[in-house]
Amino acid sequence: MTVIFDGIASGMLLFLISVGLSVTLGLMNFVNLAHGAFAMFGGFVAVTLLNRAGIPFLAALPLAAIGTALLGVLFERTLYRRLYAATHLDQVLFSIGLVFMSIAGAHYLFGPQQQPLTLPTFLQGQINLPGLDMGVYRLFLIVLGLAIAFGLQKMVTGTRFGAQLRASVDNPRTARGMGINVDRIFTLTFALGTGLAGLGGALGVEMLGLDPGFPVKYIVYFLIVVAVGGSGNITGSLIAALILGVFDVAGKYYVPQAGAFVIYAVMVAMLIFRPQGLFGRKAAR
Amino acid sequence: MIDLTPLTRATRWHPAELVFWLLPVAGYFLLQDNLVLLTQIAITALFCLSLDLILGFAGIVSLGHTAFFGIGAYAAGLMAAHGHGDPLLGLLVAGICAAVAGFISSLLVLRGADLTRLMVTLGVAMMLYELANKLTPITGGVDGLQGMEIQPLFGSFAFDMFGKTAYWYAVGVLFVMFVIARRLVHSPFGLSLKGIRQNVGRMPAIGAPVNARLAAVYTIGALYAGIAGALLAQTTQFVALDVLSFNRSAELLLILVLGGSGCLYGALIGTIVFMTAHHFLSDMNPEYWQFWLGLLLVLIVLFARDGVMGGVRRLGALSKGGAKA
Amino acid sequence: MTYALQTTSLVKKFGGFVATNTVSLNVEAGARHALIGPNGAGKTTLINLLTGFLEPTSGEVILNGDKVTHLAQHQRVKRGLARTFQINRLFADLTVLESVVMAVNERLGLGARFWQSVGSHTAAVDEAVELLERLRLLDVAHETTRNLAYGKQRLIEIALALAAKPSVLLLDEPAAGVPTIESRELFETIAGLPREVTILLIEHDMDLVFRFADRISVLVGGAVLTEGTPEVIAHDPKVKEVYLGEAICD
Repeated sequence: MTVIFDGIASGMLLFLISVGLSVTLGLMNFVNLAHGAFAMFGGFVAVTLLNRAGIPFLAALPLAAIGTALLGVLFERTLYRRLYAATHLDQVLFSIGLVFMSIAGAHYLFGPQQQPLTLPTFLQGQINLPGLDMGVYRLFLIVLGLAIAFGLQKMVTGTRFGAQLRASVDNPRTARGMGINVDRIFTLTFALGTGLAGLGGALGVEMLGLDPGFPVKYIVYFLIVVAVGGSGNITGSLIAALILGVFDVAGKYYVPQAGAFVIYAVMVAMLIFRPQGLFGRKAAR
Repeated sequence: MIDLTPLTRATRWHPAELVFWLLPVAGYFLLQDNLVLLTQIAITALFCLSLDLILGFAGIVSLGHTAFFGIGAYAAGLMAAHGHGDPLLGLLVAGICAAVAGFISSLLVLRGADLTRLMVTLGVAMMLYELANKLTPITGGVDGLQGMEIQPLFGSFAFDMFGKTAYWYAVGVLFVMFVIARRLVHSPFGLSLKGIRQNVGRMPAIGAPVNARLAAVYTIGALYAGIAGALLAQTTQFVALDVLSFNRSAELLLILVLGGSGCLYGALIGTIVFMTAHHFLSDMNPEYWQFWLGLLLVLIVLFARDGVMGGVRRLGALSKGGAKA
Repeated sequence: MTYALQTTSLVKKFGGFVATNTVSLNVEAGARHALIGPNGAGKTTLINLLTGFLEPTSGEVILNGDKVTHLAQHQRVKRGLARTFQINRLFADLTVLESVVMAVNERLGLGARFWQSVGSHTAAVDEAVELLERLRLLDVAHETTRNLAYGKQRLIEIALALAAKPSVLLLDEPAAGVPTIESRELFETIAGLPREVTILLIEHDMDLVFRFADRISVLVGGAVLTEGTPEVIAHDPKVKEVYLGEAICD
């Protein structure tokens, strides 16, 4: 039980970080392998605020999210925008370039070691039920993740912004003709995606760790979530992330010698049998 | 009657090509102290050539091309470590192993679109990395595979400590493989690959079995990569886990776009430029090197998408235009 | 009577939407058969079913007496069913000659030859040259496709299809986007094709259809509304109604 619980918590983290990737990949059709770099950025913002400026954890979280979102806006406006129409290969090369630069930058600024993070006391400790030890922080992650997933789903399906986003993605030209500011919608969406990644990165320091290798180490996980969940699908991403989290934690717990092999094998098998994802619609391209 | 020479032009070698292939000979005499580096360049060039075949000519985007390089390296390494040290036999077996793996994974890779391909190739490479990492008793895990004994080439040229035999061996294999690739891309098969890359939707309508062609070129690319991996294992007598790393795949993509994909000499020239730069800049902190690598990638994508060979072509067009005017 | 191309109760559903509704089409060997219908009538879907880009929900496609319903596109091409596309689908960076040689190679089964150069397969090259000559494309044989005028590119579309030496040729609005004068030339070229080649023409321009076709099928709402000679179709009140309705909507 505890394993499943921990798995769900780590799945929530994966969801928070990956959902932005799911949107850029699935809705905006941009292969952004640098997504993990934004999560790492959020992590470093949070760690710096906590350890050097002494800002409390709960205040550092939104700041990390906002800071990353702003960085996302900057990059989207200056760089990503030029490549929306480029081939997937160009997008891949470009974002790998960003990943390399971010790794080197993180090395330069913070050194190669794992970053420490001390949780506030009220998020430490455990709640012990019969057969289930719940870490308070993990419970916090689960609740927060569910709230955000719910909010996102509401936003995409229920608000004007969501409708405009879907219209812009389906047919940018028509959307423009209808007076929707497509550029602005894409910028905002990108900001939201990177902001969530930043939040996930900050929340993940405790569970996933934080070091300059972060963007490469976890990129496969994020891609799996998108691949399995079906790109651009929030509920799908959530379920995929939870499954992945549980399998990953269980795998590491019960068959540590297999390492991440199981996860990769599951992903490849998955992609073979359902290339459009478990919950996905057919890919546009 | 119409002039048909453009179609047969490829069977003759351009003088510039002959000059290019004199470079390795000149390199041997002029850069005696750097034979190890030159050998590395030849091996990487072969590896890059293999990616060029599948990406540059057939348009299959792969993030895990190291999988086949690694398979070749471990296959040749394991053979040599278990008493079968004949280099050419090792090369053959490594190539076959990689080609078989390539053929099997082509069945998976070709099922999806770009994005699925990216993830399947990446996933397969990561899987192999984990496998090699965990199978320490066989592969040596993170410590690498050691204890290889490579027998003399053709039974008479021993691999000396100065790396002379290794150099000629690597260059010779590269040249032979290059000649084969050159014939391949100028053949009807090569033409149909260009067709697939330029308009995959039209190819079935002219009667071309697209997936069979792609599977074939993917297998050939894997064979090339496997042979490159085997060369690395045999000439260094060591296989590091790094042969399967994601960074190596990414670096290879960079080399190819740097040189210009879809052009065989692009792969070779990209490798020479990249490896030379790496050699001179590697005194710097490796992390900074990675930063410049990343920056270079971003700049190439934004501003110089067709690489060195594209620049050469533009210069050529310019001078031709000048001559006409 | 022998039919070159037939469908029997062909149905294609996308979810709940019936795009092709029990279409039974009979195209006689050697016919100049036209398929017309207003926008959204399901012409494109039907073409995709005939060529194998889509698989039907039910029904059969029969080519020269053989069922080809489940064959892949390239296999149908090998059996003599070639097509052109409404919007050019060409090889932008190949020369005209290279493109056509490539198509001829596939018909002759040379497409997988990987050792001898393209030019040394002289049978294919000669045939491609001959084809270019017939379509008056020889003077641009070494031009890169992307540099050609649209009218010329439309001819390459046809050349690529003819390279397959089809027994049945599907022409999907061959004159779409071509200026009137050039489109007349284009149709002269098409009309000059040997009678052994059965042609199924999808076309919007009624003038062209009535001048060219000896048989017309009218597709409406995914089903065949009526079929007959041009005279019969021209005087069919149902057809008039359909096209009048569309004219008003436009």
